[in-house]
Amino acid sequence: MEKDLNIVLAGFGGQGILFAGKVLAYAGLQEGHEISWLPSYGPEMRGGTANCSICISKEPIGSPLVVTPNVLVAMNLPSLDKFIDAVEPGGLVLIDSSLIDKKVTRTDVTVCYVPATRMAEEHGFKGLANIILMGRLYAEIPFCSEENLDAGLQKCIPARKAAMLDMNRQAFALGKASKE
Amino acid sequence: MPEKVLMKGNEALAEAAIQAGCRFFFGYPITPQTELAAYMSKRMPKVDGTYLQAESEVAAINMVLGASAAGARVMTSSSSPGVSLKSEGISYIAGSDLPAVIINVQRGGPGLGGIQPAQSDYWQATKGGGHGDYHMMVFAPSTVQEMVDLVSDAFDLGDKYRMPAMILADGMLGQMMEPVALPESEGKALPEKEWAANGHQNKREHHIINSLYLQPQKLEEKIRERYERYHVIEEKEQRAECYRTEDADLVLVAYGASSRIARSAVNKAREMGLKVGLIRPITLWPFPTKAIAKAAKTAKAFLAVEMSMGQMVDDVKLAVQCSVPVHFYGRTGGIIPTPGEVLEQIEKILGGDR
Repeated sequence: MEKDLNIVLAGFGGQGILFAGKVLAYAGLQEGHEISWLPSYGPEMRGGTANCSICISKEPIGSPLVVTPNVLVAMNLPSLDKFIDAVEPGGLVLIDSSLIDKKVTRTDVTVCYVPATRMAEEHGFKGLANIILMGRLYAEIPFCSEENLDAGLQKCIPARKAAMLDMNRQAFALGKASKE
Repeated sequence: MPEKVLMKGNEALAEAAIQAGCRFFFGYPITPQTELAAYMSKRMPKVDGTYLQAESEVAAINMVLGASAAGARVMTSSSSPGVSLKSEGISYIAGSDLPAVIINVQRGGPGLGGIQPAQSDYWQATKGGGHGDYHMMVFAPSTVQEMVDLVSDAFDLGDKYRMPAMILADGMLGQMMEPVALPESEGKALPEKEWAANGHQNKREHHIINSLYLQPQKLEEKIRERYERYHVIEEKEQRAECYRTEDADLVLVAYGASSRIARSAVNKAREMGLKVGLIRPITLWPFPTKAIAKAAKTAKAFLAVEMSMGQMVDDVKLAVQCSVPVHFYGRTGGIIPTPGEVLEQIEKILGGDR
């Protein structure tokens, strides 16, 4: 990992935003990085949207609240609108383009349009658009080894849901392959 | 070294209490600390402990008083409005010389306020809250790991000095996940409580746990005895972390969540060549006056950073004793300041010296 990652994941409640964040955090932890994960729990959550801040760093983490992300994953339009201006120049923006029609007008950020929700449905991974996007994020910024990433998935999926682990692995691989 | 796991601050506080031997928890739900009680409700029955959701905060704190009087290691938790309700009971616990751990995962106030993180209960925690001449020890963790470590200290020191201890956290620390290594202390022997009112089958004089002293001489005597203990604590138990303070012209003072933001601002300021450091109080009562007085000998100014309108800054001023200026920057109502905002203040204060 070349530089610290300050990630904001945002979308609707139920899209697995907090879960996806936890996978990234655990993967970072396995890799030996400092990490923090902070969910929104306030009024915005009660309005049906969810977001979370994840910091992955080599140094101890100061504020866990990401104000200027260098990675934004937006899974609905309100989230994109809310956070796009805050993204650091040179940052990475991942958009679920099957749910968001809008194109980003900023030219100083890298934008990946991934039709994650549609891909999930087509491949029988309904509800795993979040993990597809994580796969793409990893393809863009491989912040840890593949083994540690997989260990992160294993930490987040309880052993009694072993079938889910396999689905998540496949969804992740699908997202990762979408870069090519 | 046990394997590190990711835990929410609220859950880590609960597990740490169980590891520290706490087997009684009386709670009442309130955002943003509810995960703590929820965790306790699952975990306590597995360790033969008691989890009880009381009918109110007032009931919960009085159950804590009862369990503590019987010699049990006991805890309750709440967030700001709930802690106001518990304050009467905390005064009774202090007036009865009983140990207990009270957790406050602060949110914005006054009144129902909001549910986002705040640090505006500093005065309530350190200057009383309830009525009467009393103190409780107040610990201010700034990471999830420190939450774990301080819970165990709060229990041990509360037992040692026979007084309540509070963990003053906030919504950010309660809700965030960080890696923690949990101590493997389950089953460690707890100190004998020779004063406990726990049944004696007529084998000794009965113990009385009480906060009522109708004779003023008796009450004054009791309070003076308690204050002798408080003085020992003020002498021996102050804790603070000093970060890059040795050569600092400006010393920031911040605890808990805001200390993390202040630390980021200090690092940015250092990159700009500004001599800035941070004192992070770990105990709020006793307040780390020694660390601050020491820094005041070399620093040109202080800046208290809080998520309030300025409460701890009073204690910083008392410790600095007017020797150098003490500035304040705060956000309140659930707003978390950004490192950039704090850096602006740093530049403003040091502006004249550059």
